[in-house]
Amino acid sequence: MSDTSKYNTVDAPEGYAGEGFFATKLDSVVGLARANSLWPLPFATSCCGIEFMATMAAHYDVARFGSERMSFSPRQADMLLVMGTIAKKMAPILRQVYEQMSEPKWVIAVGACASSGGVFDTYSVLQGIDKVIPVDVYVPGCPPRPEQILDGIMRLQEIVKSESVRRRGSDEYKDLLGSYNIK
Amino acid sequence: MALETSVIQNKLIENFGLKVSDFFQQHDIFTFEVASDSIVEVMKFLRDDATLRFNFLTDLCGIHYPDYEKERQFAVVYHMHNWMDNVRIRIKCYLDGDKPEIDTVSGLFLSSNWQERETYDFYGIIFKGHPQLKRILNMDEMTSFPLRKEFPLEDSGRTDKDDRFFGRTSQNC
Amino acid sequence: MSDLLLSPEHRYAKEIEKRRNEDGSELSILNLGPTHPATHGIFQNILLMDGERILDGEGTVGYIHRAFEKIAENRPFYQITVLTDRMNYCSAPINNMGWWMTLEKALGIEVPKRVQYLRVIIMELARIADHIICSSVMGVDTGALTGFLYVFQFREKIYEIYEEICGARLTTNMGRIGGFEREWSPEAFKKIDAFLEEFPPIWTEFENLLTRNRIFMDRTIGVGAISAEKAVSYGFTGPNLRAAGVDYDVRVMQPYSSYEDFEFNIPVGKHGDTYDRFCVRNAEVWESLSIIRQALAKLPEGPFHADVPDYYLPPKDEVYHNMEALIYHFKIVMGEVPVPLTEVYHPVEGGNGEVGFYLITDGSRTPYRLHFRRPCFIYYQAYNDMVRGQMLSDAIATLSSLNVIAGELDA
Repeated sequence: MSDTSKYNTVDAPEGYAGEGFFATKLDSVVGLARANSLWPLPFATSCCGIEFMATMAAHYDVARFGSERMSFSPRQADMLLVMGTIAKKMAPILRQVYEQMSEPKWVIAVGACASSGGVFDTYSVLQGIDKVIPVDVYVPGCPPRPEQILDGIMRLQEIVKSESVRRRGSDEYKDLLGSYNIK
Repeated sequence: MALETSVIQNKLIENFGLKVSDFFQQHDIFTFEVASDSIVEVMKFLRDDATLRFNFLTDLCGIHYPDYEKERQFAVVYHMHNWMDNVRIRIKCYLDGDKPEIDTVSGLFLSSNWQERETYDFYGIIFKGHPQLKRILNMDEMTSFPLRKEFPLEDSGRTDKDDRFFGRTSQNC
Repeated sequence: MSDLLLSPEHRYAKEIEKRRNEDGSELSILNLGPTHPATHGIFQNILLMDGERILDGEGTVGYIHRAFEKIAENRPFYQITVLTDRMNYCSAPINNMGWWMTLEKALGIEVPKRVQYLRVIIMELARIADHIICSSVMGVDTGALTGFLYVFQFREKIYEIYEEICGARLTTNMGRIGGFEREWSPEAFKKIDAFLEEFPPIWTEFENLLTRNRIFMDRTIGVGAISAEKAVSYGFTGPNLRAAGVDYDVRVMQPYSSYEDFEFNIPVGKHGDTYDRFCVRNAEVWESLSIIRQALAKLPEGPFHADVPDYYLPPKDEVYHNMEALIYHFKIVMGEVPVPLTEVYHPVEGGNGEVGFYLITDGSRTPYRLHFRRPCFIYYQAYNDMVRGQMLSDAIATLSSLNVIAGELDA
């Protein structure tokens, strides 16, 4: 192991530390663990997908944010990165992939097309994926630079850190899913 | 030896008579019109004839002309290319506005299979004899043919964009 | 989600009912896509499998249909580059330049030599970028992830060159009618020189990883082969056709933008299989590097755009001070420019083959009809034919070697 101090480690949450123990809230620890190990499901449809490939590559390395393993299986993924235009033909499939993901799950809409339809205000393009699934973070851009995508992931990390452990079972969450007709 | 456009024109007229017409050179492509019921034989002749040798179907697309007379409201355009003599031609077939039908050329060129499906998807032009004429790019349940001129570009049911901000009113939309 | 499963009337369902093997096993259906890690883009293939072997397949496309041709009928000419970018987004400048050349042909504009050479440089850089993606992702699909990470760094360098010229990385929206929007900065030329210095050893290293690699060769030789006659009938162009043995290249057949001034070879394969496609693309990168060097060496001085005030926006400071420039600016943006009634078809050699632009004008500022001849759409039809009788993993390798880009497939 190198002895330079050039890398950042994650700060411990607030709590009370003693000889061999550390007391803090469960929410903080779970949030910390989840936020720094978000495994993405790259749902790459078009040009934003190529910018994601650039983000994944060595220059902008998304693995240092915890997204080491790109999971293409929905069950094993934490966050759904929707990158690119979603056409109306694709919307049921996007929904099925979202439903197959296991809780807790988050969604980032990368790019203008996923956020709101983008340049393509046409009969065949879904004007934003938030018509079919709930979205946590929107990253605008056409395509967004890799730094913007990383910024979106970092915002999601803030959301995840501060999320309550009980949120997924709460009525508010059930109402949210109900408004999209997702069981 | 280069293939002259006059050679193409003469060979076509002597073999097909009135079914081919309207020959002219548009920029660098020799264009002519073929009657829609004889497209398969004309294309087969163009491909198999020893001097013409148009071995490649570059492109196949449709056009909608709502302002033309009724028998010429739809058009199917074929671009062919002779690789040996480097000559390109464009063939236009005009179709009736109410019942646009034409024979398929997928028996001659396998590349026309999906291109004809795309033309059907966009314009509703029926290709008789096509092995699988169904929609390819749009959703299968769609009933209208979106690239026709009367069909609007935007989805009229969208809720997040207000047409007033785009300068569209009920008069000019 | 019953509409996504196979209906019982589908011919594959009937095939499964009919056939049962002697050992009691039966045929099965595998749904490859639309979301699949190895399909580069979203398209679906329903495969009828006998164990690991593919008997037949049926492809469905259109999952990213964005109606480019319909949008193009409602947009002025200078706004259509935005659409051309997003067709083959791995090599967007080629599509941009192709569109401008189509318009120049329709309007009868002659561009200066310097513009033509600069266009050649940027198109060849874009071709290198496209082949970098295809070859490295072929490595990834057969299990070799190292190449991808190494050569993608050079795609970043190409992005930096694009940024110097037009400001954007991927969807470049580069150029104007008659040339470029600004003169290329000296920094851009420095970056191109640095790229030409640093890239060749890395590309050699990448080729050494895979070209004579025993595992890669076993996985790709003889896989997904197509004969030359069938390829021509299926409308193949570009590297896929050249791998089958036919040396058709639009740059040579119908030279545009001064390609006739450069000396380059057209690499051609023999069997049309996956390995040949890989090797042809790698060789084309070397040819593109050579073309860029020749163009830089012979680059003439001159203006960076043609002198067509009717179509080329005047510089902004003149617009604010000069009445004539203001009037031209207004006319161009509002579309009061003289557009002849004409039909034109102009092909360029894209990363995947002949990208054609068929434009019909009607005198207004938007096209009457614009049709893109998209090579991916045309040659993807042959995919099911190519993988018949092969194993599933061969089908994946074939798919990545075809370089199917979903944006070009569906438009």
